[in-house]
Amino acid sequence: MDSISTQIFQQIINGLSLGSIYALIALGYTMVYGIIKLINFAHGDVMMVGAYSGWFAVTVLHLPFLPALLFSMISCALLGVLIERIAYKPLRNASRIAALITAIGVSLFLEYGGMIVVTAQVRTYPPVFPDTRYILGGVYFKYGDIVMLLTAVVLMALLHFTVQYTKVGKAMRAVSYDKDAALLMGINTNNIISFTFAIGSALAAAAGVLMGVYFNTIDPLMGIIPGLKAFVAAVLGGIGIIPGPMVGGLMLGLVESVVSGLGASTWRDAVAFLILILVLIIKPSGLFGKNVREKV
Amino acid sequence: MLVLEDVNVYYGAIHALKGISFEVNQGEIVTLIGSNGAGKSTSLKTISGLLRPKTGKLTFNGENLATIAPQSIVAKGISHVPEGRRVFANMTVIENLELGAYLRKDKAGIKEAIKHVYGLFPRLEERKSQISGTLSGGEQQMLAMGRALMSKPQLLLLDEPSMGLAPILVKQIFSIIKEINASGTTILLVEQNAHMALSIANRAYVLETGKIVLSGDSKQLAASEEVRKAYLGG
Repeated sequence: MDSISTQIFQQIINGLSLGSIYALIALGYTMVYGIIKLINFAHGDVMMVGAYSGWFAVTVLHLPFLPALLFSMISCALLGVLIERIAYKPLRNASRIAALITAIGVSLFLEYGGMIVVTAQVRTYPPVFPDTRYILGGVYFKYGDIVMLLTAVVLMALLHFTVQYTKVGKAMRAVSYDKDAALLMGINTNNIISFTFAIGSALAAAAGVLMGVYFNTIDPLMGIIPGLKAFVAAVLGGIGIIPGPMVGGLMLGLVESVVSGLGASTWRDAVAFLILILVLIIKPSGLFGKNVREKV
Repeated sequence: MLVLEDVNVYYGAIHALKGISFEVNQGEIVTLIGSNGAGKSTSLKTISGLLRPKTGKLTFNGENLATIAPQSIVAKGISHVPEGRRVFANMTVIENLELGAYLRKDKAGIKEAIKHVYGLFPRLEERKSQISGTLSGGEQQMLAMGRALMSKPQLLLLDEPSMGLAPILVKQIFSIIKEINASGTTILLVEQNAHMALSIANRAYVLETGKIVLSGDSKQLAASEEVRKAYLGG
């Protein structure tokens, strides 16, 4: 293979790895938005907490990758439920802007509260994967890249299965479509909303651990940019719809790595937000979004 | 079975139900009729817990409903078919029916209930895998009723089942309501189509701006001068 197509394939692999992280974070945004119509701006910071919990599990508790991932996902699931109960639930019937501002408050609380707890110093993620590389037709596959993609795909498949085929998943879809009608079915909507926050936050935690592994360093403000990017991914795919953020995240990752590959890596973030602007102008409901119509 | 005594309900500052009292006995079809905004739907929402009475007594089989969470009222045996059907339009017909049985754990019983619903509404069986948002209005009404029956209610609350339906479908729906009642389910029916409602009900209450102004046997009410003038078009 000549070097240009090798380059392209290499960028695709990089893009998919990065994109799968965006997709995992974006899923949480979209699920929470789907169920209580709130853009949870603290979501990226939950990811940061997830990265730190994973770091703690690996360096202090000396756990291997999978148990550390689980540890981090469970801690963040609890954190997500706690945030919802304390900060958002009292505002369930308030105006949407009040909840949105609260979300920004929670975000700042986690960022700067986090600094007090873990200090603002950048920490190095321990190498959890062997540094093995596989070469296929001139394209490098890092062991870590493969595990990352696999983790993301498995988690998304699990989520899809849960939402489509389990009882709690059907209840989630019912609550997100019509809360009062769901109550009339006997669904405890508060529990379903908590459950949604738990799942969304656990996925963010997984993304945080992968992010730490991918970039090697973590800090208390690491959630801001990926959080915003994941928001772009969610909007791109169609916010509120489960498959949307998966595709949106992967696409965003690909675009970013292609832009970097072309030598314009300083334009990476600009391109991401340009996509957001274009989507909002051309198709605000996103790639998979339908315009909601009401039948009377 | 169901007793409301001097119930007052508010929407914020608006006094929607002004001291309403009525009762529904086991096995009956009772209808609440009245014009738009009289408080018919508000009454049903209060019974199923979506709205809370500020004062007054609200009991079902002697149990106070006002303190029970709405999702637990279903478990007490009350099922509410809301105005405008409110089917989960993004889900299939069968998923809607399964959600109706959300609180039931007996798999065999749920299967039985689905069969029963298909018996009442064969159209739903033909369309069981269809996304319910693509159903016609009449089919959505059938689905909403079928879904409510999935919890095996003792009391079925029906809010405007005839709304927006062609006359032939209205007839069909009303004959199915009678059939549901004949198989042992008590029915509280809210209707603007007073003529149809009075023709199948045992007893009726007439609401006007949040108050009950008339009540009695539905045949007598249908014959009374006041009701004929106000609700039956002379």
